[in-house]
Amino acid sequence: MARLARLELADDELDMFTGQLAAVLDHAADVEALDLGDVPPTSHPYPLKNVLRPDVVSATVDTAEVLGAAPKVEDGRFRVPAIVGEAP
Amino acid sequence: MSSYLSARELAAGVRAGEWSAASSLEEYLGAIDESDGEVHAFNVVTADDARATAAAIDEAVAAGRDPGPLAGVPVALKDNLCTHGVATTCSSLILEGWVPPYDATVVSRLREAGALIVGKTNLDEFAMAGSTENSAFGPTRNPHDTTRVPGGSSGGSAASVAAGFTPLALGSDTGGSIRQPAALCGVVGMKPTYGRVSRYGLVAFASSLDQIGPFARTVDDAALLFEVIAGRDPLDATSIPEPVPAVSEQLDRGVEGLRVGVVGELMGEGIAPDVAARVHEASEALRAAGAKVEDASVPASIFGLSAYYLIAPAEASSNLARFDGVRYGLRVDAPNTNDMMVATRTQGFGAEVKRRIMLGTYALSAGYYDAYYGKAQKVRTLIIRDFAAAYDRFDVLLSPTSPTTAFPLGDKTADPMAMYMNDVCTIPSNLSGDPAISVPYGTGDDGLPVGVQVLAPALGEEVMFRVAATLEASVS
Repeated sequence: MARLARLELADDELDMFTGQLAAVLDHAADVEALDLGDVPPTSHPYPLKNVLRPDVVSATVDTAEVLGAAPKVEDGRFRVPAIVGEAP
Repeated sequence: MSSYLSARELAAGVRAGEWSAASSLEEYLGAIDESDGEVHAFNVVTADDARATAAAIDEAVAAGRDPGPLAGVPVALKDNLCTHGVATTCSSLILEGWVPPYDATVVSRLREAGALIVGKTNLDEFAMAGSTENSAFGPTRNPHDTTRVPGGSSGGSAASVAAGFTPLALGSDTGGSIRQPAALCGVVGMKPTYGRVSRYGLVAFASSLDQIGPFARTVDDAALLFEVIAGRDPLDATSIPEPVPAVSEQLDRGVEGLRVGVVGELMGEGIAPDVAARVHEASEALRAAGAKVEDASVPASIFGLSAYYLIAPAEASSNLARFDGVRYGLRVDAPNTNDMMVATRTQGFGAEVKRRIMLGTYALSAGYYDAYYGKAQKVRTLIIRDFAAAYDRFDVLLSPTSPTTAFPLGDKTADPMAMYMNDVCTIPSNLSGDPAISVPYGTGDDGLPVGVQVLAPALGEEVMFRVAATLEASVS
């Protein structure tokens, strides 16, 4: 799980988290045990319809300010280390 | 002294030219200077910005212009609300020093209303947990007893109002993060209907649950702040178009004839007897004021905690994927991008955030999705149905806000499940999307504040505030 979430855990952290997460999942067993076959799921609590806005140019955030807050920048873009050839 | 005035009185005096925004601001800044070393409500105090705004407001008044309904009122902002030019950290190392390029919509609305933004308040990292101990910058302490927690995650905002640092503050509430600290600090805290307040510029935790809302010393001040921040915002597609009710004007209408239900499932096991006793007294006070009070039932609410601790981490694991060392905040260098992201997230996130990200990643993973996340979403439907059935019989519902009064620092940090139990009474209205408010109602056996929660159906803020105002009047 940690690898999927792009996190690295030390051995003692792994022990601690394993126990703690098991306790939460134990608690969730009451939900897991329910028979909810035909109940529809809720992903959003308030009914909303998509609406369109007029396609006009409006104010936006300043590019220089956005880039100014980034760790590394080059030629007006975010700079990252090598991507090609890395392990997945 | 103006720190004992309500926000409404303070603003009225500034607008009428009876006193200056600049001089009253100094009293509040003085209180912060004197006591925030001990309380640690603030991550940063923006005294110079607030002074400049106060001077501009006093000039506007002198020139005959109206600076707005919050003219000269100091407001504290939870440090997960973006402020243009002022660092926004979410109390996390991964965002330390990040300066947003824009204001959250609620911040813009405060500025337009003449409020003075005096600083950013401490929180549990990324608003996860309920004690404000889980901050990269150290815990906030409860102003009523500094050996106790203020609750959380908006503990800094609650403490700021309770300590008299600001008459008003904003927080965010995903599972009770406004109402629970309000209860523990003896102030009013309110979560609006989902979508009532724009979340543009709120750093997202769990997007189907998050709402921004007010803290205040009085119900009337909470209503005033709610009216300023609520309403449709084109920048947040989930903000709702319904007009904002003028709740302030209705506060003194009383509760004659209203049907009030006390939620049985939120009054039993795990609720401290002294807290339950205050809720019973509150229900008696409403009966005495002319309401019809009966027992109510929301059966599926007992599954709320379990469903929440699958849904919220699932959404958080997705939302927090954006903190990858590329566009903002911390970067820990490594030879390739994947290793850089892993190193950055490993160093930048604290333990509780890592726990939730892993829990959410698990709940969403192939093979477990149906059993956990899918099931939790169906439970959410049951909770919404049960609330709807209860609101057929009742105008509002009543419960404790928090199962206990403020607990000692360090009491629950080693046991996440014990910490999560704090939210048992507040979570159901996040899952249903309905509004709820916590009103101070006396003290527990330990002399610390108790909060009573008033819950109302979606868009029911007007009746909810009326009941809250009646409760407030009955206790003071």
